[in-house]
Amino acid sequence: MSAAVIFDALLALLILVLAWRAVTDPLRFRAVVSFVALGLVLAVTWFRLSAPDLALAEAAVGSGLTGALLLAALRRWDERDVDGGESSERGEP
Amino acid sequence: MTGKLSAGILASGVFGALAWAVIRLPTPAPGLTDQAFGALDASGVTNPVTAVLLNYRSTDTLLELGVLLLAVVSIWALGRSTGAGFGRPPGPLFAGLLRVLLPLLVLFGGYLLWIGAFAPGGAFQGGALVGGAIVLAVLGGLSPSRFAGRPALLRVGLTAGLVVFASIGLAVMLAGGWFLDYPDGFAKTLILVIEAAATLSIGLTLGCLFIGGEPTADDRSEPSS
Repeated sequence: MSAAVIFDALLALLILVLAWRAVTDPLRFRAVVSFVALGLVLAVTWFRLSAPDLALAEAAVGSGLTGALLLAALRRWDERDVDGGESSERGEP
Repeated sequence: MTGKLSAGILASGVFGALAWAVIRLPTPAPGLTDQAFGALDASGVTNPVTAVLLNYRSTDTLLELGVLLLAVVSIWALGRSTGAGFGRPPGPLFAGLLRVLLPLLVLFGGYLLWIGAFAPGGAFQGGALVGGAIVLAVLGGLSPSRFAGRPALLRVGLTAGLVVFASIGLAVMLAGGWFLDYPDGFAKTLILVIEAAATLSIGLTLGCLFIGGEPTADDRSEPSS
């Protein structure tokens, strides 16, 4: 019983820390990694709240796909910085 | 600095109010839980979440599929995706991993779709896995133009969920019921058909969101659309 309480308290604390780091980390890549980790911890939390459907959706969409989207956006951002801040109109015919 | 301070105070205040509201929620929670479980036998599925999503509140899910389609249309309106893809695959091992992983992801997506009738799972989770498979394939070097293949076919896949869902809703109206009011005994079959189409559409949609921009089969020579 008390082990469960400690686990839940750790989850709640981890959510706050990861959310804080996802918002404030000066390094964007680390912020994205924090965000993905936050999604996974949230999925575990949904599971603890007996909402396994939400846990699945959170892990797959909230963490996995959103994380992939953020990483892809980050990569394009870096490419733009390398180009000298000027974005070329990508793929415009 | 004062801006940060006031923002912090405001955020703490909102957090405190929300926490207070959550703590004061009555237990057991009032709601439609009893009705939802009571009608489960007639809903065609035994997983209450799927029953809510695809039967009791199916109009909401139908509109959600519309939102997903709108997202793709909006992104495609912003421009085309380059034919080059996302650059080099990370390494030779990645292609080998994909060969094992991609069929497994699609298989597991189908499994989640099937199991959604009686356990946690369903069209959205299955679709997310299919979308993840597309993301991995693109990262592994699949170019968006190859992914598009035949653009008309891709569009059919993207709209399949919404079209099938709405068609079934209208068909049961022709049969004499309300919109999406599944006739007795057909609920499970109809829900499975809708979810299968939705899984395909959701998977393709999420993949298209990652690719960003309309993938075209032959990106320079096509006149329009």
